[in-house]
Amino acid sequence: MPAIKFDPELCASCETVDCLMKCQYIEFAGISDAKAEKLKINAGENSRVLNECLTCYACQEYCPFGNNPFYLLVELQEKKGILPAPKPIVEEQLRMMSPKGRITRQKVRSPVVNMCAFPMLTGCVRGKLFEGASVISGNDIFCNIMWLHFAKNSVIRDRVPKMIDNIMSFYLKDSKIDEMVCFHDECYGTYTSVAEAFGISVPFKPIHLFDYINRRLNEIPDLIKPINEKIAYQRPCSNRLSPETDKILDDIFIKIGAERVPRKHDRENALCCGGVPRAQQRDELADELVEKNISDMLSTGAKYCVFNCPFCMATLGQEVAEHGLMPILVSDLVLIALGE
Amino acid sequence: MNDFIRQLADITGSGFVSSEPEERYLYSMDQGTMSPAEPDAVIMPGSTEEVREIMLLANKHKVPVVPMGGGLVLSGLTRALHGGIILDMKRMNRILQINPKSRYAVVEGGASEGMLQAYLKKHHPELKHSMPDAPPIATLAGNICIHGSGHLSVLGGFHSDMLTGMEVVLPTGDIMRTGSCSISPDWFARAPLPDLSGLFIGWSGTTGVVTKLGIRLFPSYSHNDMLIFVCEDADLMPDVISRLTGTQVAEDMTPWMTPKPEWARGFLHINISYGAHSKKELTFKRNLLQASVKKYSDQKIAGFLPMPPTEKSRFLKIPSPDLVKFADIRKGGGFEYVGAIMAIEHFAEAYRAGLQIARTYNVSYSMGARIIGAGHAMMFFYAYAFNRADPEDIKLAQHALEATNTAALEIGGIPWKSELPAQKQIINKMDQNTFNLMNQIRSVLDPNHIMNPGNWEK
Repeated sequence: MPAIKFDPELCASCETVDCLMKCQYIEFAGISDAKAEKLKINAGENSRVLNECLTCYACQEYCPFGNNPFYLLVELQEKKGILPAPKPIVEEQLRMMSPKGRITRQKVRSPVVNMCAFPMLTGCVRGKLFEGASVISGNDIFCNIMWLHFAKNSVIRDRVPKMIDNIMSFYLKDSKIDEMVCFHDECYGTYTSVAEAFGISVPFKPIHLFDYINRRLNEIPDLIKPINEKIAYQRPCSNRLSPETDKILDDIFIKIGAERVPRKHDRENALCCGGVPRAQQRDELADELVEKNISDMLSTGAKYCVFNCPFCMATLGQEVAEHGLMPILVSDLVLIALGE
Repeated sequence: MNDFIRQLADITGSGFVSSEPEERYLYSMDQGTMSPAEPDAVIMPGSTEEVREIMLLANKHKVPVVPMGGGLVLSGLTRALHGGIILDMKRMNRILQINPKSRYAVVEGGASEGMLQAYLKKHHPELKHSMPDAPPIATLAGNICIHGSGHLSVLGGFHSDMLTGMEVVLPTGDIMRTGSCSISPDWFARAPLPDLSGLFIGWSGTTGVVTKLGIRLFPSYSHNDMLIFVCEDADLMPDVISRLTGTQVAEDMTPWMTPKPEWARGFLHINISYGAHSKKELTFKRNLLQASVKKYSDQKIAGFLPMPPTEKSRFLKIPSPDLVKFADIRKGGGFEYVGAIMAIEHFAEAYRAGLQIARTYNVSYSMGARIIGAGHAMMFFYAYAFNRADPEDIKLAQHALEATNTAALEIGGIPWKSELPAQKQIINKMDQNTFNLMNQIRSVLDPNHIMNPGNWEK
């Protein structure tokens, strides 16, 4: 397997060190301090960043050169055996999310919507928005991007090509379909950003959910009944891998009459939902993140808290609801606007 | 016997006595591996007075009496080994008193765990009692008499520790009370009197029939949460348990080890439940629990599973549905649940013995424990599911059961709610003077030896 696509000279020439200077979880004394740590990472040496990293993916977005700082960091964490979470937790997750060999060949038709390892959300694919869609899901097509949180690039290298092969051989190839809608940012990030950086070839065209929804709304404008509500958006870590899609989400919200309220912790400054730090045994930090997210949302007067990540929704949804906001997935919000 | 049964019917009414083969068959066994033993009749008394009359009659005719609660003990303790009558207490199921200030309940001897739980939820939502993980039809009296444990056992110890007093009908027909209720109208405690309740707890129904009892209640919290600790090294468990219980904030702690689902095989988990009156207090308690084992999470060799709130709800269900699900894993209705009470430092030995036994007898297993008090003891359990329709499967489970009891005794533990063969193993290991005293006590209480004969005998 090829090494992570990374240009050390380009990195060394960086004057802003945005990848670390913009980090919301690790403090640096200044650019020189950040640069020193970054150079240590590039040289494969120990750096405190390896231990303190929250694995929020944000540095992937902050890097002005698209130089994959986060993937490189995870690579080094694994090489040095620096586990962000305790070993038994990682081992159990590895088994839980392993391919089960229960996939069966299925004729599909366009649009093919990949629900990844969240078959419980299959009910979200419904109505005019997803008319005629085929849904695929299960551990045998799990995108496996979660291992970036657990210093396990090796698992990504091992499992992702198999998942891609499964998607092709069991669904797309026989049905002569060459594109697939990724319901989750994570899958899209895997088949675009991760695949490119890790040198994994993807024989189909991944379509981001936002791109699909936006195009679909263009096809059925007469069905849209603007909801005219303020919404607070909880941007997930995995959207950092495809930041261009965040602008498409703005288009969607405009089309359905949802006002994306300006939050302190949105867009580039989005904060982690608090889920991953709990795996890292940093519950007090997770509590702080939950509190910051919720007080930020409440200060905007939003009615809905909109998620695109099921894990973020599972982590924050109950808390959000207890504070009077309605937790909802992007696709369900759009369905409301379509009267469904 | 027919005349005797007619006299029984005069006491309770004919609708509550039966010597029909259907009833005798149903009452001849429980779900465990012990072979059936049919009673001559089954009777369901409706009051303490009826129990007294039944005991007088049985004692006069020297007819064996087997008191029975839910009949869910799984070790065959409510089988009529020498015939006679089974005294099914389920009609005496009234909740007689709740004292919210002194936090105790007084119930009849056949009141079930589920009934008290439902009653408290409806009428006293600020209170709860310690539910075992048995089906809710298990009776409070039965569970206390076997030294049961449950969802508040870290907080309150064995369920027998939560007993505040009893009304008991002796085999001679005398009605006696233990604890404060023998002097006062209040059932608040067993202290400071000689603790006569001990004459009826752990005796497998061989000393008397419990017709009323008082039990401690505890605050029911508005905020509840749980953690799951996981590690790979069984040798760490005693220290982990000691540290977690040392915080004195958990209500319940239940380690579990199971080969299914596959992801759990080889890992040791501890479910830790705790509650609080506010979210702030709940977080404080969580932090205390996590800090207590930080030594291990910092080394990355153990830690707490990350679980979104939505995933926790099934673990907060009381009683837990998981054991019941496992009980049916082989289908066919057979389930044996062998517990052994032992010190927590023997955790690793007990676990390894269980693995070895499961391998030797090729049985489906689930192992776990319930921690009692601040790590003062544990009820380590081995659950074996088997298919009752398959004699070979039953035999394997029986062998596994025997081997488990032997292993528990070798480790220094004591088989819990022990079935007949295990009782004999315990007696063989027991101090002879202790066993002599047990016999002397029984001959005083039960001169005609009518109470559940066959149990606790050499």
